[in-house]
Amino acid sequence: MTVASRINDLTIRVATINGSGSQSSNLVLTHAIFRLGIPVAPKNVFPSNIEGLPTWFDVRVTPQGYTCRSREVDLLVALNAATWTEDVVAVKPGGVVVHEATYPVSGVAARADLTYYAVPFTELAKAHFPAGSLRKYLLNMIYVGVLAELLGIPLDTIEASMRAQFKRKPKAVEANMTAVTLGAEYARSNLTKRDPYRLEPMHGMTDGLMFFDGNKAAALGCVMAGCTVVGWYPITPASSLCESFIAYCERYRVDPQTGERRVAVVQAEDELAAIGMVLGATWAGARAMTSTSGPGLSLMTESVGLGYFAELPAVIFDVQRAGPSTGLPTRTMQGDVAFAYTLSHGDTKHLVLLPATVLEAYEFAMAAFDLADRFQTPVFVLSDLDLGMNAWLTPPLPYPEHGFDRGKVLDAHALSRLPDWARYRDVDGDGIAYRTLPGTPHPNAGFFTRGTGHDERALYSERSDVWQKNLDRLVRKHETARGAVPQPLIEDAGHACAILAYGTTHHAVVEARDRLRAAGYALDYLRVRALPLAAEVEAFIERHERVYVVEQNRDGQLYGLLRQECAPHIAARLSSIRHYNGVPIDAEAIVEPFLAAQDSLAAAATGTGSL
Amino acid sequence: MSTPTAQVNIIGLTREVYKGLPTTLCAGCGHNSITNHLIKALYEHGVEPHRLAKMSGIGCSSKTPAYFVERAHGFNGVHGRMPSAATGAKLANRDLMVLGISGDGDTASIGLGQYCHLIRRNLDCTYIIENNGVYGLTKGQFSATADVGSVLKGGTVNAYEMIDVCGLAIELGATFVARSFSGDGKQLVPLLQAAFSHRGTAIVDVISPCVTFNDHEGSTKSYAYIKDHDIILHTADYIAAGTEIVVDYEPGNVQEVEFDDGSRVLLRKLAVDYDPSDRIAALTMLHHSRERGEFITGLLYADTRSQDFCSRERMTRQPLVELGEDELRIGRDAWSALMQVAD
Repeated sequence: MTVASRINDLTIRVATINGSGSQSSNLVLTHAIFRLGIPVAPKNVFPSNIEGLPTWFDVRVTPQGYTCRSREVDLLVALNAATWTEDVVAVKPGGVVVHEATYPVSGVAARADLTYYAVPFTELAKAHFPAGSLRKYLLNMIYVGVLAELLGIPLDTIEASMRAQFKRKPKAVEANMTAVTLGAEYARSNLTKRDPYRLEPMHGMTDGLMFFDGNKAAALGCVMAGCTVVGWYPITPASSLCESFIAYCERYRVDPQTGERRVAVVQAEDELAAIGMVLGATWAGARAMTSTSGPGLSLMTESVGLGYFAELPAVIFDVQRAGPSTGLPTRTMQGDVAFAYTLSHGDTKHLVLLPATVLEAYEFAMAAFDLADRFQTPVFVLSDLDLGMNAWLTPPLPYPEHGFDRGKVLDAHALSRLPDWARYRDVDGDGIAYRTLPGTPHPNAGFFTRGTGHDERALYSERSDVWQKNLDRLVRKHETARGAVPQPLIEDAGHACAILAYGTTHHAVVEARDRLRAAGYALDYLRVRALPLAAEVEAFIERHERVYVVEQNRDGQLYGLLRQECAPHIAARLSSIRHYNGVPIDAEAIVEPFLAAQDSLAAAATGTGSL
Repeated sequence: MSTPTAQVNIIGLTREVYKGLPTTLCAGCGHNSITNHLIKALYEHGVEPHRLAKMSGIGCSSKTPAYFVERAHGFNGVHGRMPSAATGAKLANRDLMVLGISGDGDTASIGLGQYCHLIRRNLDCTYIIENNGVYGLTKGQFSATADVGSVLKGGTVNAYEMIDVCGLAIELGATFVARSFSGDGKQLVPLLQAAFSHRGTAIVDVISPCVTFNDHEGSTKSYAYIKDHDIILHTADYIAAGTEIVVDYEPGNVQEVEFDDGSRVLLRKLAVDYDPSDRIAALTMLHHSRERGEFITGLLYADTRSQDFCSRERMTRQPLVELGEDELRIGRDAWSALMQVAD
């Protein structure tokens, strides 16, 4: 049987057991494919567990360079007996299964539409590597060799990738390459290629790109924004953001002579303290941040309200995971959009930035510090597990073009030229008042920061008019921010229908639009990049007959916000597409409901009703 | 207006400068006395108002930072979270003198976690607990420092063990722990000055009767009860750095504790032999006094040689808040190297 070759277009899924040491193998494979110039998008679907539970690593390769997940698995590497059957069932028709030879190809695991390659991984490892903790790692490297042979990855490319991977452990390269070669040789001598999948070097698709994850990029943004104080509490999937920040500071913020640090990072006792430290630090004039995920954000609620009302800057990274409650700590969701936007009791509206890419994780991190200082308020950066913890191909992060924007701060010199000054007086009409910092050597600098009702001079007040006036000024400030936060990105070619999305959903939208265009549905696109919503968003919706709001949560959180903020006749044009199973959204999750909606619209128009 | 004859402190400021807005607490409240003692201590210590950071949480005690040194910056945060805000402020600007004012509810109930962790870190600050064993603003519920068997105004008897904030602090490794009484300025003022001089977390627990909700028969935190049960360990004299000792002491009766800034506190023995550098003895003494229903005051424990948080974290001497792009950003060359296309 001959089948047409399928080149550079497949999703490889490696199914293993958590803690079995497959991470290095997966990364070596991913980087080797990248070295061939082929765009590659890895997704780690891992358990909330240290050892023993199933884990999957998807490596997606497409000639177009799509970066979203695919629900279709073309090639399964089955190394977990516990999930063997369900893993095989998930492979798409015509796909390939490379499996541990001892797994039974029977029952539902025996599919006529798949190609099976049995490899005695355990036996090979036992025969060639001494017993001990290293053996499991080497066993995993055998599969890299098998795939190299089956897909056509030169072994020297694998080796180059491995050398980069084990930069600090050059000795490990030799042992691991033995395992790779063992796998490749086994495949060459024992397996007959019967599947269409092949990899071939490409040109011009990955030039200048590098792998980076969103948490590291955000951490670099914090370093470059001059963040000096961090209070944090470990939580998946946000921990690596602060840990990366610490690592960068150890490298770039330590005086080589004295060993003194130009930063203070505190692993706090909980998120209540983490945000408290941030607010204390920004009150005293430093730039400060914390990173957390849903449960931590819940704990920070009260202090965030204080930050909003007392008007203290703060940068809060929420690397979203699947909630509510403890939920699925290692799965992704855009679940905190509505929660973060109005976090606190009473009337609050915050600035929320919504990065979609590694580049934006970096740039929005920097922007968040400027916005927090300019608007004297907490600013949220809502990333998610998919962006934060997966490796993405990205152009290099650019060196910042501007210095810090510290906003309206009066120093002693400025105070001495002012006849009068009041902390919460709206001098400029933009809702933003002037502040002073503790330590300012001027008798008029001091004031009393409080979460209780206060007048322009920060004095305690229970007067109704004073209270209401202050709340109205805060709204004015929020309106000013509308035009200052990252504005939406719009592709408007005048089509009747459009997609509206934000954050990592973007990557599925890119592929879904291509597929729908091929099916005869060309769609415009608006990507929201921050809250409050830019005025342009409502205008865009008004220009279209129907706008599909795509997001990764059950309740259509941004859809709800849009309906609240848009005029009723404009809100009526919105439809909601939601994805919330914990794994990153794929294109099919948009294409399918979109086409179903078109069918029902057509049916309604022709009056055929249900068929 | 100050006249040429007006009295000024060592930095040339009058006592007026250390005053604040009029108190809104009840007449006779122990907290008001503490505020007055604080004004005296800050004035005599020559604290620069612009360097003072007054931090507090929520409750009657936490309102008091408005009543002293009006021109200093104040931060009245959320209930029980003063320690974290104080930590952030000190890390941002280690030149600030951080003074936290809390109460027994704010410290021993809602804020117990932050209290413990502040002490573990030994952040350089003074932490005053205005301790009256009762919630005032919410109208008279027991707090966690109320003694077993003490009685509320309405007759309710407290069935639960009290949390001894001093014993707990020493247990957690606190480096300065003192207890005093709002009515004893003679002892409190020098202890406060010693606390200001201490580099590290200085806990000062001040029993401060609540005249409205906890000053009746059956209360163990009433003026009458404290006066009857107060065991004063020693009198204290604060001697600023470079000042000559003019107090006359009998040899063998005095213990001296010297602080990082060269200042000293001299403790003159009264009823009992007491060594404030002995941690185990301090804990034993607190346990015994509790069993006897006594209330001991004085400098309970001091270790003036341990490192404070900023030093242990090897933070640069210059306040972080003063650093700019050049000191904080990665340089262009290092950045280019970092952005070299991966592997």
